[in-house]
Amino acid sequence: MIALVVRRLLQSLVVMLVVTLIAFIMFRYAGDPVNQMVGVETTEAERQALRESLGLDQPTLVQFVRYVGRVASLNFGVSFQFRRPVMELLAERLPATLELALVAAMLSLVSGILLGVYCALNPRGRISAALQAVSLVGVSLPTFLIGILLIYVFSVALGWLPSFGRSGLVPVTKHWSTGLLTLQGWKSLLLPAVTLGLFQMTLIMRLVRSEMLEVLRADFIRFGVARGLPQRRIYFRHALKNTLVPVITVVGLQLGSIIAFSIITETVFQWPGMGLLFLQSVQNVDVPIMSTYLLLIAFMFVMINMVVDLLYNAVDPRLKGSSRV
Amino acid sequence: MTRTTNEAEAHGRSVWAGVWQSDLCIDFRANRLVLVATLLLAILLTASLLAPWVAPTDPFDAMSLDVMHSNLPPAWQQGGSTEFLLGTDDQGRDMLSAVLYGLRTSIVISALGVLLAAAIGISLGIVAGYFGGFVDTLIMRTADVQLSFPAILIALLVDGILHSMLPALKRDDSAAMVIVISIGLSFWVQYARTVRSSTMVEKKKDYVSAARLFALPSRTIMVRHILPNVMSPVLVILTINFGLAIITEATLSYLGVGLPPMRPSLGTLIRIGQEYLFSGEWWIVAFPGFALAILVLTLNLLGDWLRDALNPKLR
Repeated sequence: MIALVVRRLLQSLVVMLVVTLIAFIMFRYAGDPVNQMVGVETTEAERQALRESLGLDQPTLVQFVRYVGRVASLNFGVSFQFRRPVMELLAERLPATLELALVAAMLSLVSGILLGVYCALNPRGRISAALQAVSLVGVSLPTFLIGILLIYVFSVALGWLPSFGRSGLVPVTKHWSTGLLTLQGWKSLLLPAVTLGLFQMTLIMRLVRSEMLEVLRADFIRFGVARGLPQRRIYFRHALKNTLVPVITVVGLQLGSIIAFSIITETVFQWPGMGLLFLQSVQNVDVPIMSTYLLLIAFMFVMINMVVDLLYNAVDPRLKGSSRV
Repeated sequence: MTRTTNEAEAHGRSVWAGVWQSDLCIDFRANRLVLVATLLLAILLTASLLAPWVAPTDPFDAMSLDVMHSNLPPAWQQGGSTEFLLGTDDQGRDMLSAVLYGLRTSIVISALGVLLAAAIGISLGIVAGYFGGFVDTLIMRTADVQLSFPAILIALLVDGILHSMLPALKRDDSAAMVIVISIGLSFWVQYARTVRSSTMVEKKKDYVSAARLFALPSRTIMVRHILPNVMSPVLVILTINFGLAIITEATLSYLGVGLPPMRPSLGTLIRIGQEYLFSGEWWIVAFPGFALAILVLTLNLLGDWLRDALNPKLR
């Protein structure tokens, strides 16, 4: 187990180094950093001096090592458009994205499991067939189209929910104000969260359905029926418990993709999170923000994958001793 | 050597012919849903590829635009005109023509992207499978890492990196190329994995040993001998990936980092149209959205069906 952890850690480290290299190349070669910092009247000598003071005249390898050092000490530079440290900008936007992602994940988990169980228990019912058909459409359509459809129905036609932005904020700490404490906050969170969670919900629903159908055919369920246990107990105690192991793995891995897809959802609803910031930085070629976001996302994914892998190994004894990760 | 090639070709042909005459065709005729999907898809494809001849107006010819005709609703609504069947946008552009041209752009760009992805994936897959060793480890590890990120994220990042590398003035002109490369770099993994595993099976067969005995260069063996024998699963992946590529292109364009408003794809049209949703001009966003939805749905239906019908192993 320890060997596995060490190897997995080393792998993650290599991936992060490669991503850092890409970020460094972007940082260094997308436009001249000196030109971004100085005005028109700066003389060539002054530019050269600045270049030397920034260490830009050093060999590339030295620059890269120094870049890695800066990244490791969480110094990501200053945004070109906002003239403020990138770290500060991202920290400001983090609560919005995390709230959206967590609510979407919970929403998709709860409704996905409930609907999946329902479909497995009534496999031939009309509602199950309808749910299956809707989930097929939901998986096929692009996220932003679903978001626009929801805006049209609930904001424009019915006028029930706000169509964009984050509101009803209550400050919790200096950097963290939450919208989860007011009705207004929940109202503006609902549409983005549903849009973001819909895809995951259909995925979980299908997974739970097929896993549960399989478990219901197992011998221990038959034995339970033969013993005369109440149905509710068989279904929700014994069957559901055995269904959830693979579901947890998939949900863990999907957490990363929720964060990735939040870029799209945040744009549709103009939700002021990190994804929207990243997108604006792509449009304006704000390299410091872009490269930092790249590093941040890569870090999240590497961590999530590693933890899920190790958990899986710890939970499933059949995988023990196998050398492949 | 030529005989082996011919045999391989004959083998390939007989497989295709056999499939075509038997299950595939019967299954196709029996499946109403797939039939309808194919019909719809065929209509969309033909109409969009023939857009310059079918569309009532050229939406990008600024001379033909008339502000007097701006924001007209579709023909069946009050205030609509039969001259503009699906209405017009704020500049008096005919929506029907805009959608047809947008479809065309979306389809062409996505197809190029998928072909690029296939080309990258197939070549890396054959090389990895044929040589093995360090090259194999390097390529497949990269593939593993990339597979743990969602494709849309990779596409966005590649798009962003390419954007930052280009000088500001060239960005609009090279937007199409940037998207094609983004799609190519985000979808190659599946091809590489499939082709690598079939290459590892094929390279142990007698015809490859024979070719090696002739001391043929590795390149010739890979391209002329192995490649034709590992292509059939690739075709299935191509169909399924086409739908995903369309979604990716539409998403990038919707996010405003794809095709510019001057040469809009469906995604760009939807982004522009969303602004008019609140003032009641629903048709500016609805028709491009509808076209995109139908295109993706029919492609998915067709791809799923083809996968199940052609290759039960992939199920």
